[in-house]
Amino acid sequence: MNPAFSVIFLTTLIGVGQGLFLALYTGESYAIVNVLPSQSQDFYVWGSVISVAFLIVGLVASIFHLGHPERAWRSAAMWRTSWLSREVIVLPTVIGAITVYGLVHYMGWDLTTFGIKTGVDGDLTLILGLGGVLVTFLLYLCTGMIYACIKFLQEWATPLTVINYTLLGGASGFTFAAVFSAYMAPSLVNFYAGWAIIITLSALVTRVASLMRNAKIRHKSSLKTAIGVRDDRIKQTAMGFMGGSFNTREYFHGMSILFMKSIKWIFLVLVFLVPVILLSFAISQGSTNLLIAAFVSQYIGLIAERWFFFAQANHPQNLYYQTVG
Amino acid sequence: MTQLALVIDLNVCVGCHACVTSCKEWNTSGPAGFMSDDNPYDADPTGTFFNRVQTYEVGEYPKTETVHFPKSCLHCEDPPCVPVCPTGASYKREEDGIVLVDYDKCIGCKYCSWACPYGAREIDEHQKVMKKCTLCVDRIYDETLPEAERKPACVLACPTSARLFGDVHDPDSVVSMAIKEEAGFQLMPEWGTKPSNHYLPRRKMKIRIHEDELVRADNPLKKEGERPKVEDDGHTLDDVTSW
Ligand code: SF4
Ligand code: SF4
Repeated sequence: MNPAFSVIFLTTLIGVGQGLFLALYTGESYAIVNVLPSQSQDFYVWGSVISVAFLIVGLVASIFHLGHPERAWRSAAMWRTSWLSREVIVLPTVIGAITVYGLVHYMGWDLTTFGIKTGVDGDLTLILGLGGVLVTFLLYLCTGMIYACIKFLQEWATPLTVINYTLLGGASGFTFAAVFSAYMAPSLVNFYAGWAIIITLSALVTRVASLMRNAKIRHKSSLKTAIGVRDDRIKQTAMGFMGGSFNTREYFHGMSILFMKSIKWIFLVLVFLVPVILLSFAISQGSTNLLIAAFVSQYIGLIAERWFFFAQANHPQNLYYQTVG
Repeated sequence: MTQLALVIDLNVCVGCHACVTSCKEWNTSGPAGFMSDDNPYDADPTGTFFNRVQTYEVGEYPKTETVHFPKSCLHCEDPPCVPVCPTGASYKREEDGIVLVDYDKCIGCKYCSWACPYGAREIDEHQKVMKKCTLCVDRIYDETLPEAERKPACVLACPTSARLFGDVHDPDSVVSMAIKEEAGFQLMPEWGTKPSNHYLPRRKMKIRIHEDELVRADNPLKKEGERPKVEDDGHTLDDVTSW
């Protein structure tokens, strides 16, 4: 496929936003059982604001992908069958859930405000946050399934697609949380950086697994099945036109094999190797700059990763468009 | 249930592109609006088409064969492009099985085109909506046209009658008969899309000549040459008609 930057930014930015929220909630629930020091409301409020900002910027990026953004509201209609439609519903729900979560923190409400005594501090945000966590995971599922559900895009049609979207989003979100906590809650830096390393390494395992799977994928379609002639020696002599068309632009990235290979190594280094090293050093040296560098590297790497993800998928329609003429 | 479809005979198609041009002409002039082109007479032309004719070479020289292959939306019975559409703009009609796009609902997200394995959908770069073959839905039911002309423009244009149009669910229709009798097949059956359009394969036209057809079985003397002249005063019918 030919990667569209609107979609690359959409998926990577909302991935960070979702991951950041998961990080906030993890921190809060650990604090309640006194494993971590509890934080001021400000920490959660600003965390939620930044998380929502990532999601909204992602949403705005996606609008550039549409031919008729003014009709975008229609896309909530077919949630029964379409993962894209489901994403369109779940994304604003996640934004809403995190906004409510941040707002309740801002107001400092808990269940006692409403006359219910549980004896737990922050019980209300804990419950609301749990709902937020569920929809956040649902959003990862929707985003991944948009690609994984197209069965003839064989590089995508695997549960690994959903797992990678979840883990890569989570990793970048926790890395960002480490940066954020360096300013707002220094006592949490090591906790977030530690988890960022663990999630990044898990993502490394599943992303490499999908690379290995795709390296030896056997495509089911061939020119034989495409035109229904039983002979291995078929070649196209004319695709029916001399210029370009949607079919020649949308489905192929147009880059060299060397470029593809380099992008793969670039993202492996930027998403996994560099951040893990920088995060480890940041933990031992307590340097905020290293944390920032880790996030920047990981995010740039994720853009390359997403580009590669799209470019690597081989659309069977390309069988029909091989020879200008 | 009705399922309208095309049957395209690869044995007959000569690759003249008449279906492509008549399709474009009919559909760019229709009520649904033009099908945009850019730089049609310039370098790097590009445009929206519902139908393309491609050419393939099969085999190795000198035993090669040229296959002309027209391709448009196959109006799949289980179309993967329809359920993925978030707006419901892409739909399959209950009454005749035609897969259509509602241009007023389409948001141009291109997701359906990703979900068609055949590359049958093309976005219109100016109207920003997804376009594809409609089986000339605006002409096949048009009662102001003479009945014989209520067919897709491509079918009417084909000079070799390589394109048949009809209901593939009716076992007695011309398309069903052709599929049955001439071994009609579907494209990329591996994805379970169940295309309604079928193709008829290339078939070699051969006559088989048996040994006894090369010698005259009714020549007991095995002597070839001028037949003896018919006797003028012959009496029997055989004598007169003998060859
Ligand atoms: S050929 Fe493609 S566009 Fe047409 S119905 Fe089948 S999947 Fe949909
Ligand atoms: S491009 Fe239009 S028809 Fe296709 S999936 Fe998007 S909204 Fe539906």
